[in-house]
Amino acid sequence: MDIVSRGFSGRRSAADVKLPPGQYLTTDFPVLSAGPTPHVPLDQWEFTIEDGTGVLRRWNWKSFRDLPAETFRADLHCVTRWSKLGTSWEGVSLDTLLADLKTDASHALAHSYGDYTTNLPLSDLMKKQAWVAFRFDGKDLAPEHGGPARLLVPHLYLWKSAKWVRGITLMHQDKPGFWESLGYHNYGDPWREQRYSGE
Amino acid sequence: MWRPGTVVVLHDETATARTITLEVPDWPGHVAGQHVDVRLTAPDGYSAVRSYSIASAPNTEGRVELTVERLANGEVSPYLTQEVAIGDRLELRGPIGGWFVWRTQQTEPIQLIAGGSGIVPLMAMIRSRVAAASIAPFRLLYSVREPGAVLYRDELEALSNHGQPVNLTYTYTRAVPKDWPRPPGRIDAALIATSTWPSNLVPTCYVCGPTAFVENAAGLLSDYGNSADKIRTERFGPTGDRK
Amino acid sequence: MSSHSYDYLDGNAAAGELSKIFALDVTAAEGQCAHCGATKRFGEAHLYMRGPGVVARCVVCEHVLLRLVNVRQRVFLDMSGMTYWSLDTSLLHQISR
Repeated sequence: MDIVSRGFSGRRSAADVKLPPGQYLTTDFPVLSAGPTPHVPLDQWEFTIEDGTGVLRRWNWKSFRDLPAETFRADLHCVTRWSKLGTSWEGVSLDTLLADLKTDASHALAHSYGDYTTNLPLSDLMKKQAWVAFRFDGKDLAPEHGGPARLLVPHLYLWKSAKWVRGITLMHQDKPGFWESLGYHNYGDPWREQRYSGE
Repeated sequence: MWRPGTVVVLHDETATARTITLEVPDWPGHVAGQHVDVRLTAPDGYSAVRSYSIASAPNTEGRVELTVERLANGEVSPYLTQEVAIGDRLELRGPIGGWFVWRTQQTEPIQLIAGGSGIVPLMAMIRSRVAAASIAPFRLLYSVREPGAVLYRDELEALSNHGQPVNLTYTYTRAVPKDWPRPPGRIDAALIATSTWPSNLVPTCYVCGPTAFVENAAGLLSDYGNSADKIRTERFGPTGDRK
Repeated sequence: MSSHSYDYLDGNAAAGELSKIFALDVTAAEGQCAHCGATKRFGEAHLYMRGPGVVARCVVCEHVLLRLVNVRQRVFLDMSGMTYWSLDTSLLHQISR
Protein backbone atom coordinates (compact mmCIF):
# COMPACT_ATOMS: atom_id res chain seq x y z
CA MET A 1 0.00 0.00 0.00
CA ASP A 2 1.45 3.36 -0.98
CA ILE A 3 0.42 6.28 1.11
CA VAL A 4 1.40 9.74 0.01
CA SER A 5 1.88 12.10 2.92
CA ARG A 6 -0.19 15.18 2.16
CA GLY A 7 2.00 18.27 2.03
CA PHE A 8 5.34 16.51 2.67
CA SER A 9 8.29 17.32 0.48
CA GLY A 10 11.28 16.82 2.69
CA ARG A 11 14.34 18.99 2.78
CA ARG A 12 14.83 19.34 -0.94
CA SER A 13 15.16 22.47 -3.00
CA ALA A 14 14.01 23.05 -6.52
CA ALA A 15 16.90 23.08 -8.92
CA ASP A 16 17.07 24.91 -12.17
CA VAL A 17 20.52 23.46 -12.63
CA LYS A 18 21.20 20.15 -14.21
CA LEU A 19 21.77 17.44 -11.62
CA PRO A 20 22.67 13.82 -12.15
CA PRO A 21 19.59 11.60 -12.38
CA GLY A 22 17.80 11.01 -9.09
CA GLN A 23 19.64 13.70 -7.18
CA TYR A 24 18.23 16.69 -5.34
CA LEU A 25 19.92 19.90 -4.38
CA THR A 26 20.91 20.66 -0.80
CA THR A 27 22.33 23.81 0.71
CA ASP A 28 23.60 22.27 3.91
CA PHE A 29 26.39 19.72 4.11
CA PRO A 30 25.07 16.47 5.54
CA VAL A 31 27.43 14.44 7.66
CA LEU A 32 27.25 10.77 6.81
CA SER A 33 29.56 8.18 8.21
CA ALA A 34 30.08 4.49 8.77
CA GLY A 35 31.98 4.85 11.99
CA PRO A 36 33.37 7.12 14.66
CA THR A 37 35.17 10.30 13.63
CA PRO A 38 38.87 9.62 14.01
CA HIS A 39 40.86 12.32 15.74
CA VAL A 40 44.31 12.31 14.23
CA PRO A 41 46.87 14.64 15.76
CA LEU A 42 48.75 16.41 13.01
CA ASP A 43 52.10 15.32 14.41
CA GLN A 44 51.05 11.72 13.86
CA TRP A 45 49.27 12.13 10.53
CA GLU A 46 50.77 10.62 7.43
CA PHE A 47 49.79 9.79 3.88
CA THR A 48 51.41 6.88 2.10
CA ILE A 49 51.39 5.38 -1.34
CA GLU A 50 52.12 1.70 -1.25
CA ASP A 51 51.90 -1.35 -3.41
CA GLY A 52 52.18 -5.04 -2.65
CA THR A 53 55.87 -4.70 -1.87
CA GLY A 54 55.86 -1.81 0.55
CA VAL A 55 55.65 1.92 1.02
CA LEU A 56 56.65 3.82 -2.11
CA ARG A 57 56.06 7.32 -0.80
CA ARG A 58 55.27 8.81 2.56
CA TRP A 59 54.46 12.32 3.72
CA ASN A 60 53.94 13.67 7.19
CA TRP A 61 51.77 16.73 7.70
CA LYS A 62 54.65 19.14 7.24
CA SER A 63 56.03 17.59 4.09
CA PHE A 64 52.50 17.18 2.75
CA ARG A 65 51.72 20.85 3.30
CA ASP A 66 54.98 21.81 1.65
CA LEU A 67 53.70 20.32 -1.59
CA PRO A 68 52.12 22.66 -4.14
CA ALA A 69 48.40 22.84 -3.45
CA GLU A 70 45.57 24.32 -5.45
CA THR A 71 42.15 25.73 -4.80
CA PHE A 72 39.31 24.36 -6.84
CA ARG A 73 35.54 24.09 -6.98
CA ALA A 74 33.62 20.85 -7.04
CA ASP A 75 30.07 19.60 -7.29
CA LEU A 76 29.42 16.82 -4.78
CA HIS A 77 26.96 14.02 -5.47
CA CYS A 78 26.16 11.61 -2.66
CA VAL A 79 24.59 8.27 -3.42
CA THR A 80 21.99 9.02 -0.74
CA ARG A 81 20.66 11.49 -3.33
CA TRP A 82 21.80 14.89 -2.16
CA SER A 83 24.00 17.09 -4.31
CA LYS A 84 25.88 20.17 -3.23
CA LEU A 85 27.17 22.36 -6.01
CA GLY A 86 30.08 24.74 -6.34
CA THR A 87 31.86 23.79 -3.14
CA SER A 88 35.32 25.27 -2.70
CA TRP A 89 38.33 23.31 -1.59
CA GLU A 90 42.07 23.45 -1.29
CA GLY A 91 44.15 20.33 -1.71
CA VAL A 92 47.09 18.57 -3.26
CA SER A 93 46.38 16.94 -6.58
CA LEU A 94 46.93 13.20 -6.85
CA ASP A 95 48.90 14.08 -10.00
CA THR A 96 51.40 15.76 -7.68
CA LEU A 97 51.43 12.86 -5.22
CA LEU A 98 51.84 10.29 -7.99
CA ALA A 99 54.25 12.35 -10.07
CA ASP A 100 57.08 10.35 -11.64
CA LEU A 101 55.89 7.18 -9.95
CA LYS A 102 56.60 4.20 -12.14
CA THR A 103 53.85 1.67 -11.74
CA ASP A 104 51.87 -0.73 -13.85
CA ALA A 105 49.11 -0.93 -11.27
CA SER A 106 45.62 -0.62 -12.71
CA HIS A 107 43.64 0.12 -9.57
CA ALA A 108 43.93 1.84 -6.23
CA LEU A 109 42.39 1.21 -2.83
CA ALA A 110 42.10 4.34 -0.73
CA HIS A 111 42.15 3.65 2.98
CA SER A 112 41.31 5.87 5.89
CA TYR A 113 42.02 6.25 9.56
CA GLY A 114 39.41 3.94 11.03
CA ASP A 115 38.61 1.05 8.72
CA TYR A 116 37.03 2.65 5.68
CA THR A 117 38.23 1.74 2.21
CA THR A 118 37.11 2.49 -1.31
CA ASN A 119 38.47 1.30 -4.66
CA LEU A 120 38.81 2.99 -8.03
CA PRO A 121 40.77 2.68 -11.27
CA LEU A 122 44.14 4.38 -10.91
CA SER A 123 43.43 6.44 -14.00
CA ASP A 124 40.47 8.04 -12.18
CA LEU A 125 42.90 9.46 -9.65
CA MET A 126 44.95 11.20 -12.32
CA LYS A 127 44.57 14.02 -14.81
CA LYS A 128 43.17 16.61 -12.42
CA GLN A 129 40.36 14.37 -11.24
CA ALA A 130 41.39 13.81 -7.62
CA TRP A 131 42.88 15.62 -4.65
CA VAL A 132 43.82 15.09 -1.06
CA ALA A 133 41.90 18.07 0.29
CA PHE A 134 42.58 19.82 3.59
CA ARG A 135 40.57 23.02 3.39
CA PHE A 136 36.87 23.45 2.69
CA ASP A 137 35.08 26.75 2.19
CA GLY A 138 38.17 28.71 3.21
CA LYS A 139 38.69 26.92 6.54
CA ASP A 140 40.60 23.89 7.72
CA LEU A 141 38.58 20.79 6.93
CA ALA A 142 36.54 19.87 10.00
CA PRO A 143 36.87 16.34 11.39
CA GLU A 144 33.20 15.55 10.76
CA HIS A 145 33.76 16.24 7.06
CA GLY A 146 36.95 14.22 6.87
CA GLY A 147 39.61 16.48 8.35
CA PRO A 148 42.56 16.81 8.60
CA ALA A 149 42.49 15.56 5.00
CA ARG A 150 40.16 13.59 2.77
CA LEU A 151 40.26 12.23 -0.70
CA LEU A 152 38.12 14.17 -3.13
CA VAL A 153 37.10 12.59 -6.44
CA PRO A 154 34.13 14.71 -7.55
CA HIS A 155 33.37 12.90 -10.79
CA LEU A 156 32.26 9.84 -8.82
CA TYR A 157 29.69 9.46 -6.04
CA LEU A 158 30.93 10.94 -2.80
CA TRP A 159 31.50 7.59 -1.07
CA LYS A 160 34.62 7.33 -3.23
CA SER A 161 35.95 10.53 -1.63
CA ALA A 162 37.29 8.78 1.43
CA LYS A 163 37.21 10.90 4.57
CA TRP A 164 40.23 10.78 6.89
CA VAL A 165 42.31 9.32 4.08
CA ARG A 166 45.67 7.93 5.12
CA GLY A 167 46.95 6.48 1.89
CA ILE A 168 46.35 4.57 -1.29
CA THR A 169 47.43 1.07 -2.13
CA LEU A 170 48.24 0.42 -5.77
CA MET A 171 46.86 -2.85 -7.05
CA HIS A 172 47.12 -4.94 -10.18
CA GLN A 173 43.71 -6.38 -9.55
CA ASP A 174 40.62 -4.52 -8.48
CA LYS A 175 39.40 -5.17 -4.95
CA PRO A 176 36.08 -3.81 -3.66
CA GLY A 177 36.11 -1.45 -0.72
CA PHE A 178 33.76 -1.01 2.22
CA TRP A 179 30.55 -0.20 0.36
CA GLU A 180 31.49 -1.76 -2.98
CA SER A 181 31.59 -5.12 -1.25
CA LEU A 182 28.02 -4.77 0.01
CA GLY A 183 25.85 -3.86 -2.93
CA TYR A 184 27.18 -0.53 -4.13
CA HIS A 185 28.48 -0.06 -7.64
CA ASN A 186 32.12 -0.78 -8.20
CA TYR A 187 32.71 2.43 -10.19
CA GLY A 188 29.99 4.90 -9.20
CA ASP A 189 29.44 7.44 -11.99
CA PRO A 190 26.56 9.69 -10.89
CA TRP A 191 25.78 10.76 -14.45
CA ARG A 192 25.11 7.18 -15.44
CA GLU A 193 23.39 6.69 -12.07
CA GLN A 194 25.69 3.83 -11.09
CA ARG A 195 24.54 3.55 -7.49
CA TYR A 196 24.32 -0.19 -6.97
CA SER A 197 26.10 -3.28 -8.24
CA GLY A 198 24.56 -4.74 -11.32
CA GLU A 199 23.60 -1.37 -12.85
CA MET B 1 5.30 -4.61 7.04
CA TRP B 2 4.13 -0.99 6.79
CA ARG B 3 0.63 -0.35 8.02
CA PRO B 4 -1.40 2.84 7.78
CA GLY B 5 -2.42 4.77 10.86
CA THR B 6 -5.00 7.54 10.80
CA VAL B 7 -4.47 10.67 12.85
CA VAL B 8 -7.40 10.99 15.23
CA VAL B 9 -6.14 13.35 17.92
CA LEU B 10 -3.53 16.10 17.98
CA HIS B 11 -2.43 17.61 21.28
CA ASP B 12 0.31 20.16 21.79
CA GLU B 13 2.36 19.25 24.83
CA THR B 14 4.66 22.28 24.71
CA ALA B 15 5.49 25.03 22.25
CA THR B 16 7.58 22.58 20.26
CA ALA B 17 6.20 19.12 21.03
CA ARG B 18 2.99 17.54 19.90
CA THR B 19 1.34 14.21 20.66
CA ILE B 20 -0.23 12.49 17.69
CA THR B 21 -2.78 9.75 18.35
CA LEU B 22 -3.09 7.24 15.56
CA GLU B 23 -5.77 4.67 15.01
CA VAL B 24 -4.15 1.58 13.51
CA PRO B 25 -6.36 -1.25 12.26
CA ASP B 26 -5.09 -4.66 13.36
CA TRP B 27 -2.54 -3.11 15.71
CA PRO B 28 -1.04 -6.08 17.54
CA GLY B 29 -0.50 -4.16 20.76
CA HIS B 30 2.82 -3.13 22.21
CA VAL B 31 4.98 -3.21 25.31
CA ALA B 32 6.06 0.00 27.04
CA GLY B 33 9.39 1.19 25.66
CA GLN B 34 8.86 -0.01 22.11
CA HIS B 35 8.96 2.34 19.16
CA VAL B 36 7.56 2.58 15.67
CA ASP B 37 9.20 3.67 12.45
CA VAL B 38 7.15 6.31 10.63
CA ARG B 39 7.48 6.68 6.87
CA LEU B 40 6.50 9.80 4.97
CA THR B 41 6.29 9.74 1.18
CA ALA B 42 6.21 12.83 -1.02
CA PRO B 43 4.12 12.79 -4.20
CA ASP B 44 7.24 12.21 -6.31
CA GLY B 45 8.11 9.09 -4.34
CA TYR B 46 10.79 10.61 -2.12
CA SER B 47 10.46 9.08 1.33
CA ALA B 48 11.89 9.63 4.77
CA VAL B 49 11.76 7.26 7.75
CA ARG B 50 12.12 8.23 11.40
CA SER B 51 11.76 6.28 14.64
CA TYR B 52 9.44 7.52 17.40
CA SER B 53 8.88 5.94 20.77
CA ILE B 54 5.32 5.02 21.64
CA ALA B 55 4.13 7.29 24.46
CA SER B 56 0.93 5.48 25.34
CA ALA B 57 0.51 2.54 27.66
CA PRO B 58 -0.32 -0.81 26.12
CA ASN B 59 -4.02 -0.93 25.29
CA THR B 60 -6.48 -3.00 23.36
CA GLU B 61 -8.06 -0.16 21.43
CA GLY B 62 -5.74 -0.16 18.45
CA ARG B 63 -4.51 3.33 19.27
CA VAL B 64 -0.92 4.50 19.45
CA GLU B 65 0.30 7.85 20.76
CA LEU B 66 3.55 9.35 19.55
CA THR B 67 5.03 12.51 21.06
CA VAL B 68 7.20 14.33 18.54
CA GLU B 69 9.60 17.14 19.41
CA ARG B 70 10.11 19.68 16.64
CA LEU B 71 13.75 20.13 15.68
CA ALA B 72 14.75 23.41 14.05
CA ASN B 73 16.60 21.73 11.20
CA GLY B 74 14.49 18.61 11.12
CA GLU B 75 13.17 17.20 7.91
CA VAL B 76 10.28 15.25 9.36
CA SER B 77 9.52 16.70 12.80
CA PRO B 78 8.36 20.11 11.50
CA TYR B 79 5.92 18.27 9.23
CA LEU B 80 4.60 16.06 12.02
CA THR B 81 4.27 18.86 14.55
CA GLN B 82 2.85 21.55 12.28
CA GLU B 83 1.45 20.14 9.03
CA VAL B 84 -0.23 16.90 9.91
CA ALA B 85 -4.00 17.15 10.34
CA ILE B 86 -6.75 14.99 11.74
CA GLY B 87 -7.67 12.43 9.13
CA ASP B 88 -4.20 12.25 7.58
CA ARG B 89 -2.62 8.84 7.29
CA LEU B 90 0.93 7.90 8.24
CA GLU B 91 2.70 4.64 7.53
CA LEU B 92 4.04 2.79 10.56
CA ARG B 93 6.32 -0.19 11.01
CA GLY B 94 6.36 -1.95 14.36
CA PRO B 95 6.12 -2.15 17.30
CA ILE B 96 9.85 -2.60 17.52
CA GLY B 97 12.13 -3.52 20.39
CA GLY B 98 12.48 -6.25 22.98
CA TRP B 99 15.32 -4.93 25.12
CA PHE B 100 14.42 -1.39 26.06
CA VAL B 101 11.02 -2.42 27.40
CA TRP B 102 9.31 -2.64 30.76
CA ARG B 103 6.89 -5.51 31.16
CA THR B 104 4.16 -5.47 33.77
CA GLN B 105 5.46 -8.76 35.19
CA GLN B 106 8.59 -6.98 36.41
CA THR B 107 8.44 -6.28 40.17
CA GLU B 108 11.92 -4.97 40.91
CA PRO B 109 12.64 -1.27 41.55
CA ILE B 110 12.81 0.72 38.34
CA GLN B 111 15.09 3.71 37.76
CA LEU B 112 14.16 5.89 34.81
CA ILE B 113 16.49 8.64 33.55
CA ALA B 114 15.24 10.87 30.75
CA GLY B 115 17.06 13.52 28.74
CA GLY B 116 14.72 15.86 26.86
CA SER B 117 12.40 13.92 24.58
CA GLY B 118 13.91 10.74 26.01
CA ILE B 119 11.00 10.95 28.46
CA VAL B 120 8.63 9.54 25.83
CA PRO B 121 9.30 5.78 26.14
CA LEU B 122 9.77 6.15 29.89
CA MET B 123 6.34 7.82 30.11
CA ALA B 124 4.92 4.77 28.35
CA MET B 125 6.49 2.66 31.08
CA ILE B 126 5.01 4.85 33.80
CA ARG B 127 1.60 4.78 32.15
CA SER B 128 1.86 1.03 31.76
CA ARG B 129 2.65 0.64 35.44
CA VAL B 130 -0.35 2.73 36.42
CA ALA B 131 -2.73 0.95 34.03
CA ALA B 132 -1.61 -2.44 35.31
CA ALA B 133 -1.82 -1.33 38.96
CA SER B 134 1.68 -2.68 39.40
CA ILE B 135 3.42 -2.19 42.73
CA ALA B 136 6.92 -1.94 41.26
CA PRO B 137 8.56 1.16 42.77
CA PHE B 138 9.53 3.73 40.14
CA ARG B 139 11.95 6.63 40.31
CA LEU B 140 12.32 9.14 37.49
CA LEU B 141 15.19 11.57 37.04
CA TYR B 142 14.09 13.92 34.24
CA SER B 143 16.58 16.32 32.71
CA VAL B 144 15.41 19.16 30.48
CA ARG B 145 16.95 22.39 29.21
CA GLU B 146 14.48 24.65 30.97
CA PRO B 147 11.14 24.38 32.75
CA GLY B 148 9.04 25.09 29.66
CA ALA B 149 10.45 21.99 28.00
CA VAL B 150 8.94 19.52 30.45
CA LEU B 151 6.56 17.10 28.75
CA TYR B 152 3.51 15.62 30.52
CA ARG B 153 4.01 17.98 33.47
CA ASP B 154 0.51 17.77 34.96
CA GLU B 155 0.39 14.02 34.64
CA LEU B 156 3.81 13.64 36.23
CA GLU B 157 2.84 15.98 39.07
CA ALA B 158 -0.22 13.88 39.82
CA LEU B 159 1.80 10.69 39.77
CA SER B 160 4.55 11.97 42.02
CA ASN B 161 2.58 13.58 44.79
CA HIS B 162 2.88 12.06 48.21
CA GLY B 163 1.87 8.43 48.21
CA GLN B 164 1.84 8.18 44.45
CA PRO B 165 3.80 5.64 42.44
CA VAL B 166 6.60 7.69 40.93
CA ASN B 167 9.37 9.45 42.83
CA LEU B 168 10.23 12.37 40.52
CA THR B 169 13.31 14.59 40.36
CA TYR B 170 13.70 17.31 37.78
CA THR B 171 17.05 18.66 36.73
CA TYR B 172 17.80 21.46 34.29
CA THR B 173 20.71 22.03 31.96
CA ARG B 174 20.23 25.63 30.78
CA ALA B 175 17.72 27.56 32.90
CA VAL B 176 16.26 26.71 36.28
CA PRO B 177 13.01 27.75 38.00
CA LYS B 178 13.14 30.56 40.54
CA ASP B 179 14.81 29.57 43.83
CA TRP B 180 15.97 26.23 42.43
CA PRO B 181 18.61 24.79 44.77
CA ARG B 182 20.84 23.42 42.03
CA PRO B 183 22.47 25.50 39.27
CA PRO B 184 21.83 24.42 35.67
CA GLY B 185 24.09 21.64 34.47
CA ARG B 186 24.50 18.03 33.43
CA ILE B 187 23.60 15.16 35.68
CA ASP B 188 26.54 14.42 37.96
CA ALA B 189 27.51 11.79 40.53
CA ALA B 190 26.00 13.78 43.39
CA LEU B 191 22.60 13.91 41.72
CA ILE B 192 22.71 10.20 40.99
CA ALA B 193 23.50 9.55 44.65
CA THR B 194 20.66 11.68 45.96
CA SER B 195 17.91 10.88 43.50
CA THR B 196 18.31 7.35 42.18
CA TRP B 197 17.78 3.96 43.77
CA PRO B 198 20.71 2.75 45.85
CA SER B 199 22.47 0.28 43.63
CA ASN B 200 22.34 -2.47 46.25
CA LEU B 201 18.59 -2.63 45.63
CA VAL B 202 19.53 -3.85 42.14
CA PRO B 203 17.11 -1.68 40.18
CA THR B 204 16.62 -2.12 36.46
CA CYS B 205 17.63 1.21 34.94
CA TYR B 206 16.35 2.72 31.71
CA VAL B 207 18.21 5.72 30.28
CA CYS B 208 16.91 7.50 27.18
CA GLY B 209 17.84 10.72 25.41
CA PRO B 210 20.47 12.16 23.09
CA THR B 211 23.60 10.04 22.80
CA ALA B 212 25.87 12.30 24.85
CA PHE B 213 23.25 12.44 27.62
CA VAL B 214 22.90 8.67 27.70
CA GLU B 215 26.65 8.08 27.81
CA ASN B 216 26.98 10.46 30.74
CA ALA B 217 24.04 9.14 32.74
CA ALA B 218 24.73 5.47 32.05
CA GLY B 219 28.36 5.93 32.99
CA LEU B 220 27.36 7.55 36.27
CA LEU B 221 24.90 4.74 37.05
CA SER B 222 27.68 2.28 36.45
CA ASP B 223 30.11 4.21 38.65
CA TYR B 224 27.42 4.21 41.33
CA GLY B 225 27.45 0.42 41.44
CA ASN B 226 24.76 -0.63 38.97
CA SER B 227 25.98 -3.47 36.82
CA ALA B 228 25.98 -3.17 33.05
CA ASP B 229 23.28 -5.77 32.51
CA LYS B 230 20.97 -3.72 34.73
CA ILE B 231 21.37 -0.55 32.67
CA ARG B 232 19.34 -0.41 29.48
CA THR B 233 19.80 2.48 27.13
CA GLU B 234 18.17 4.02 24.08
CA ARG B 235 19.92 6.81 22.21
CA PHE B 236 18.40 9.49 20.09
CA GLY B 237 20.55 11.49 17.68
CA PRO B 238 22.78 14.24 18.96
CA THR B 239 20.05 16.68 18.05
CA GLY B 240 17.41 14.52 19.64
CA ASP B 241 16.15 13.20 16.34
CA ARG B 242 16.49 9.49 15.85
CA LYS B 243 18.33 9.24 12.57
CA MET C 1 36.83 2.85 24.29
CA SER C 2 34.09 5.28 23.34
CA SER C 3 33.90 7.78 20.57
CA HIS C 4 34.71 11.37 21.36
CA SER C 5 31.96 12.70 19.16
CA TYR C 6 28.58 11.28 20.08
CA ASP C 7 27.47 10.85 16.50
CA TYR C 8 26.15 7.31 16.83
CA LEU C 9 22.86 5.79 17.87
CA ASP C 10 22.40 2.27 19.17
CA GLY C 11 21.04 -1.07 18.03
CA ASN C 12 17.48 0.01 18.83
CA ALA C 13 17.59 2.38 15.86
CA ALA C 14 18.38 -0.40 13.39
CA ALA C 15 15.78 -2.80 14.71
CA GLY C 16 13.14 -1.63 12.25
CA GLU C 17 15.41 -2.31 9.28
CA LEU C 18 16.44 -5.68 10.67
CA SER C 19 12.80 -6.58 11.28
CA LYS C 20 12.54 -6.93 7.49
CA ILE C 21 14.83 -9.93 7.76
CA PHE C 22 14.56 -11.34 11.28
CA ALA C 23 11.32 -12.56 12.77
CA LEU C 24 12.80 -12.39 16.26
CA ASP C 25 13.63 -9.21 18.14
CA VAL C 26 17.27 -8.23 17.60
CA THR C 27 17.66 -5.57 20.25
CA ALA C 28 17.77 -8.12 23.09
CA ALA C 29 19.94 -10.51 21.07
CA GLU C 30 23.40 -11.21 22.43
CA GLY C 31 26.18 -11.09 19.90
CA GLN C 32 29.86 -11.87 20.15
CA CYS C 33 32.28 -9.56 18.41
CA ALA C 34 34.48 -11.55 16.04
CA HIS C 35 37.38 -9.19 16.65
CA CYS C 36 37.62 -8.77 20.41
CA GLY C 37 35.27 -11.45 21.72
CA ALA C 38 33.06 -9.08 23.74
CA THR C 39 29.49 -10.36 24.10
CA LYS C 40 26.88 -7.62 24.33
CA ARG C 41 23.22 -6.95 23.64
CA PHE C 42 22.68 -5.67 20.12
CA GLY C 43 20.53 -2.84 21.52
CA GLU C 44 23.70 -1.43 23.04
CA ALA C 45 25.85 -1.59 19.90
CA HIS C 46 27.03 1.67 18.37
CA LEU C 47 24.95 2.34 15.30
CA TYR C 48 25.83 4.48 12.30
CA MET C 49 22.95 4.77 9.90
CA ARG C 50 23.02 8.16 8.26
CA GLY C 51 25.28 6.99 5.47
CA PRO C 52 24.82 4.69 2.50
CA GLY C 53 23.97 1.82 4.83
CA VAL C 54 23.58 0.67 8.41
CA VAL C 55 26.77 -0.11 10.31
CA ALA C 56 26.75 -1.58 13.82
CA ARG C 57 30.01 -1.52 15.77
CA CYS C 58 31.26 -3.21 18.91
CA VAL C 59 31.14 -0.86 21.91
CA VAL C 60 34.45 -2.24 23.16
CA CYS C 61 36.68 -2.27 20.08
CA GLU C 62 34.57 -0.37 17.47
CA HIS C 63 35.05 -3.07 14.84
CA VAL C 64 32.13 -3.64 12.51
CA LEU C 65 29.64 -6.22 13.80
CA LEU C 66 27.06 -5.97 11.06
CA ARG C 67 26.36 -4.00 7.89
CA LEU C 68 23.11 -3.66 5.98
CA VAL C 69 22.42 -2.00 2.65
CA ASN C 70 19.09 -1.62 0.85
CA VAL C 71 19.58 -1.99 -2.89
CA ARG C 72 16.27 -1.58 -4.69
CA GLN C 73 14.47 -4.91 -4.26
CA ARG C 74 17.28 -6.53 -2.29
CA VAL C 75 18.82 -6.23 1.14
CA PHE C 76 22.53 -6.93 1.52
CA LEU C 77 23.54 -8.14 4.97
CA ASP C 78 27.05 -8.77 6.24
CA MET C 79 27.29 -10.30 9.69
CA SER C 80 30.87 -11.50 9.44
CA GLY C 81 31.78 -9.20 12.33
CA MET C 82 29.99 -11.45 14.80
CA THR C 83 30.95 -14.99 15.64
CA TYR C 84 27.38 -15.67 16.71
CA TRP C 85 24.10 -14.11 17.57
CA SER C 86 21.78 -15.52 20.23
CA LEU C 87 18.11 -14.52 19.97
CA ASP C 88 15.14 -15.19 22.25
CA THR C 89 12.53 -17.24 20.39
CA SER C 90 9.77 -15.92 22.63
CA LEU C 91 10.42 -12.37 21.36
CA LEU C 92 8.82 -12.42 17.95
CA HIS C 93 9.13 -8.78 17.05
CA GLN C 94 5.56 -8.40 15.93
CA ILE C 95 4.03 -10.00 18.97
CA SER C 96 4.21 -8.01 22.14
CA ARG C 97 2.05 -9.73 24.71
